[in-house]
Amino acid sequence: MSDGKYFSTTKRGEIHELKEELRSLDRPKKKDAVKKVIAAMTVGKDVSMLFPDVVNCMQTDDLELKKLVYLYLINYAKTQPDLAIMAVNTFVKDSQDPNPLIRALAVRTMGCIRVDKITEYLCDPLQRCLKDDDPYVRKTAAICVAKLYDINPELVEDRGFLDMLREMLSDANPMVVANALAALQEIQELAGSGGKDLLQMTSQTLNKLLAALNECTEWGQVFILDSLAAYDTRDPRDAEKIAERVLPRLQHVNSAVVLSAVKVILRCMDVVALGPGGGEETIKGWSKKMAPPLVTLLASEPEVQYVALRNINLIVQRRPAILANEVKVFFCKYNDPLYVKMEKLEIMIRLASDKNIDQVLLELKEYAQEVDVDFVRKSVRAIGRCAVALEKATERCINVLLELIQTKVSYVVQEAIIVIKDIFRRYPNQYESIIATLCDNLDSLDEPEAKSSMIWIIGEYAERIDNADELLEAFLETFPEETAMVQLQLLTATVKLFLKKPTESAQKMISAVLSCATNETDNPDLRDRAYIYWRLLSTDPEAAKDVVLAEKPVIADDSSTLDPSLLEQLVSRYLATVAAVYHRPPETFVSRQRMAVTRAEELGSRKFEEDDGATPGTMVSDNNAAAAAGAAAAAVGDLLDLSDASPVPVPPAAAVGAAAATRGLDDLLGGLDLGGPTIRSSIPHIHPAAAAADPFAALANSSPAPISLGISPAALSQLPVLLANPGGVSVQGRLVRQGGQAVYQLALRNDTLAPVDGLMIQTNRNSFGLSPASQVLAVSAPGGVIPPGGLAPVRVPLLVDPSKVTPPPLNTGLQVALRTNQVGVLYFNDTVPLSALTEETGTMEAADFLAAWKTLPPEASTRLPLAVPSAEVAKQRLAAANLFVLAHRQVPATSQDAIYATCRITAGGVGQVLLELKFVAGAGGVDVSVKAERQDVAQLVFDGLPAVLLGAA
Amino acid sequence: MASAASAIYFLNLRGDILLERRYKDDVDREIAESFRDRILNARERDATAVYGPIRTLGSVTFMYLRHADIYILLLTRSNGNAMLSFQFMTSIVSLFQSYFEGDLTESSIRANFVLMYELLDEVMDYGLPQLTDPAILKTLILQKGYKADFSSLLGANVSLADAAAKKAKEAAAAANATLSVTGAVGWRREGIKYKRNEIYLDIVEQVNVLMSNNGAVLRNDVVGRIQMKCYLSDMPELRLGLNDQMQDVTFHQCVNLGAYESQKVVTFVPPDGEFELMRYRVNDGITLPFKVLPVINEVGRTKLEANVTVKSTFSNKTMAGPVVVLVPVPDNTASAKMLVTAGRAKYDATKKALVWKITKFMGNAEHTLRAEVALVASTKEKKPWGRPPIQLQFQVPMLSCSGLRVQYLKVVERKLGSAYKAEKWVRKLCKSGDFLIRI
Repeated sequence: MSDGKYFSTTKRGEIHELKEELRSLDRPKKKDAVKKVIAAMTVGKDVSMLFPDVVNCMQTDDLELKKLVYLYLINYAKTQPDLAIMAVNTFVKDSQDPNPLIRALAVRTMGCIRVDKITEYLCDPLQRCLKDDDPYVRKTAAICVAKLYDINPELVEDRGFLDMLREMLSDANPMVVANALAALQEIQELAGSGGKDLLQMTSQTLNKLLAALNECTEWGQVFILDSLAAYDTRDPRDAEKIAERVLPRLQHVNSAVVLSAVKVILRCMDVVALGPGGGEETIKGWSKKMAPPLVTLLASEPEVQYVALRNINLIVQRRPAILANEVKVFFCKYNDPLYVKMEKLEIMIRLASDKNIDQVLLELKEYAQEVDVDFVRKSVRAIGRCAVALEKATERCINVLLELIQTKVSYVVQEAIIVIKDIFRRYPNQYESIIATLCDNLDSLDEPEAKSSMIWIIGEYAERIDNADELLEAFLETFPEETAMVQLQLLTATVKLFLKKPTESAQKMISAVLSCATNETDNPDLRDRAYIYWRLLSTDPEAAKDVVLAEKPVIADDSSTLDPSLLEQLVSRYLATVAAVYHRPPETFVSRQRMAVTRAEELGSRKFEEDDGATPGTMVSDNNAAAAAGAAAAAVGDLLDLSDASPVPVPPAAAVGAAAATRGLDDLLGGLDLGGPTIRSSIPHIHPAAAAADPFAALANSSPAPISLGISPAALSQLPVLLANPGGVSVQGRLVRQGGQAVYQLALRNDTLAPVDGLMIQTNRNSFGLSPASQVLAVSAPGGVIPPGGLAPVRVPLLVDPSKVTPPPLNTGLQVALRTNQVGVLYFNDTVPLSALTEETGTMEAADFLAAWKTLPPEASTRLPLAVPSAEVAKQRLAAANLFVLAHRQVPATSQDAIYATCRITAGGVGQVLLELKFVAGAGGVDVSVKAERQDVAQLVFDGLPAVLLGAA
Repeated sequence: MASAASAIYFLNLRGDILLERRYKDDVDREIAESFRDRILNARERDATAVYGPIRTLGSVTFMYLRHADIYILLLTRSNGNAMLSFQFMTSIVSLFQSYFEGDLTESSIRANFVLMYELLDEVMDYGLPQLTDPAILKTLILQKGYKADFSSLLGANVSLADAAAKKAKEAAAAANATLSVTGAVGWRREGIKYKRNEIYLDIVEQVNVLMSNNGAVLRNDVVGRIQMKCYLSDMPELRLGLNDQMQDVTFHQCVNLGAYESQKVVTFVPPDGEFELMRYRVNDGITLPFKVLPVINEVGRTKLEANVTVKSTFSNKTMAGPVVVLVPVPDNTASAKMLVTAGRAKYDATKKALVWKITKFMGNAEHTLRAEVALVASTKEKKPWGRPPIQLQFQVPMLSCSGLRVQYLKVVERKLGSAYKAEKWVRKLCKSGDFLIRI
């Protein structure tokens, strides 16, 4: 019974054969043919040309066949809006079929076909189906309202479908209730925050939902729970009522039901806490019931565990009591995937307390001896973070770290030194006795962070280390080769040493370092800091002491603690969602622009734009870049926000240090103690400044940038989007032919909060050897810097570089990389349009054309599904794209026009191309035949021609 | 917020798309194709980064789950319920497994693509999960059901009137099916009849444990499942009384959660045939069926000595099925000499372990493995051996290490009352989950 056979095809003439079979009167044969078509569709082949033949199979009693045809329709109706109309009759008829499965199937499928003309016909059947006797049809129709809203919101409102949906919340069938609710939620989201509250939750609806909750499917329960979580009540009694009804859901086997129930109960806790006596007992009781189901989430597949752990991390921060006694269940298993282990570690650190620290430390020590380097490092860090967080346990933590240093495993030692530096910062003057052990391990330090940590320790405790000068001197030998981080630390440490022990050797060292840092470096941070020290030391050594040796603020472990307002938002609004997994507000990764609703007419042409490579290609920007930008923004926020009474105990120096480190902003105060205080964390620190940052707000008040493409600002924003990257750098643009070469017209939009500069471009090897004439982008903006919110046009001429040509077959794909100083490298994929390649001098004599037509290998032909208004228009459009028309005639005895044209493409060694186009003016379908030296050229022409003929180029 | 995905893709491990179903219009195949370059290959390029199974590239969020030799991928552009999306993926994996009567793999996808499209149409609509329970869906979508029906209709020379009558009958049957899939008792249809009413109740427990090398239990829990087979007529209600040992229980949707909450009795109208009634977890009061005492010493650079003793703690009236002990050895193992007091042991190079198998392990018994492992001395500086834990695999019938007991199982049929009789069978099985001993 394997369907695998449908995938095996005989390549040549396959489509024609299928056509025949689809028209066959033999039903099993016909059905087999449809299956073959679907199989071809499955592997990504374009079978849209079979549209009329497949639609003809639609009227059938065979439900399986009908489903397959409907599936085909969903996939291809967009490309054939005119032909899709053929299906409407059957749809309408099916929506009145006595069989409820067929009625539901019809209304479900119609909603998926985003063709305007079909939408008109959808309304009446939908209206009927919303009132159908059969609940299965009603539950399907409810969702169809949301689909229709996505295509045409006005229609939904005009026909009163929203009211009907609200009425359905009282339906007797629980699944209908749940789907009506889900549809309303979807519509609410489509309408955006500006839309009015569609649900209008009253205590009456609330009761109905609570009643349906007991009876509907697991997924329906999730829809209901999510809407309960969004229900805004201030009445503790209401909250108690909801929670009591929701608590049994914690026992459900479905993890999504459990987590959504947890979300509702957490929400109710907040409300109850406002009531008399703070609802302490109630909250305690609920907390007790929540712990076991949360733990059970960890028995699922690793992927589900990961989502659970990220959410539990938030819950533990918001309500630490719930899982306070459960640290053991977060111990890592040997075969857990690394991403699960890392999350478990985070939670272990959060749950570590004086009560369980011995157990936790034993476990962490075990992990630190495993073989996976990342995991080991993180475990060592975890020990350090426990020490910083739990004062009573610090000594035990340090002992474990010392034991680990004894293992002499290089990365363990380095990591341990980094965290010990943090412990010194947290508990100054308490554990210096271990410095001697650290100094025994200087040789194994080769990573910048470990090195600079050790140097900081030597500088800070120079007076207690007898041979501090010798140790530093050893490091200084390699000063010029060190990274900036180590150099800065060496500079500061040497100054400290000199101020504490102004011996002869210290003096020698300080002058050597200062001269090296001022004369032999091109790092402005280092040079500036060296000058400041120099001045200070030469004018007033006492003042230098006050500044450099000042007491430093004590640090706290806040590396992965979220800002309370963001945390509150994530827990009570977004728990279980993608935002809660990322620990970031949704604005940072969801584009607020709704996908534009595309109507049938546009759809037709959009298809060709897609062929033209103009619509958004593969999504390429990495969120790391956005995260980096976000972190930078956060750091800037810290810098500007120092006076803010931030509830997070960030000592100012630490904040400035972080800011300087990320942004390269130097500051006198911060510069003095750079690189010391903060604890690195794998989770980006989120600051309110970043949380509140609105990537679009910046756009609104940006002034128009100067234009150099020769197109208007309006046209500039009309350029097809190549890379959409809200909150980052986005790229719009197209490839055109100008002045005898291919030229990229690009517009770069900077939606980050910082200026972007250092723009460079490069293309990957491609079929035509297209490569930028200059890698440096001449951005038309002052200083080549795109300000935040700015839109900068840039023109990039492309040359043909034969060394970058990929071997045949021809492929119109073009991969482009864009480098910036701030957000790293961005990639996007584009396709090269035919009109960017055809040369201005590519014509030939008619006689030569005839001769060539005869000698060249047999032509390749296809039928393009588009209409040409008239032969004259076609000729103009061809000529505009350097496709030179040599002859035009009427085909005898038909109304067909035949046009003969030629073009030449040197790029990629394509050569001269001969074309024959046959069409009936105004009617659909253009037959194209292509002859060329190389066989693979035909597809290039077939792909590129529609854009030319539609005048889109 | 409710929406779980814009589209679902099934890809093989190379990242080729095997099957797709789009539910919304805001993503396309091209985006899914970038999964290979941007996520699968990115992992190879950037080995130091630790990525979870959810990433946002541009404004499209990719959520993926690995199963056997395929990836299941969901795409979305909104901030949807991620837990819903992942749970949905795991649910459809078990759905397909149930339909295919085998695993969901690259080859089974190809062999069943028509059925898969049909199911994908039913499990989700406009990104909203709908029906995923195999028992329910099988009333709507049969594997061979209507094919047989229709071919008989087409093949035989039936009169038009007959055909119309048949069509009306089918519509009625479909209406019945739709009522039951959406209704309150969605998991059971009316009018089921059996000659003999029978109930089988199996308690299957998985013991997870992590022991230190001196036998101290670091972490220990039992995950239990109660599997049922019900062959019962009409609409019986079952009541199951259990001694309260469980920390956390999750139930099949047929169980009345309110009744459990108030009376601690598991009350339900069972689906017909096989289903999983409940799962539970127990953390305390567990009696471990086995104890393991390992002594593993690395002697110099070329030798390793292992001495592993396994003791069974259950009564000598029961007997464990095959017990397998996996004792890990370093990668550079050349050969191993082993001595066992029972069963057989051999060195398995692919598992990097000594595999010791004891076919029958009596209760209250003790067996020992002594091994001398020769290692290949390498000139490179030796990376320390990770010392993975020893793993124990076993099955002990008629043992419940959580202490869970069935106190009673009552069957009540409202209409028939005491005339309703049913035979009841209760079985137990204790299996190893992650049974690990550090060395």
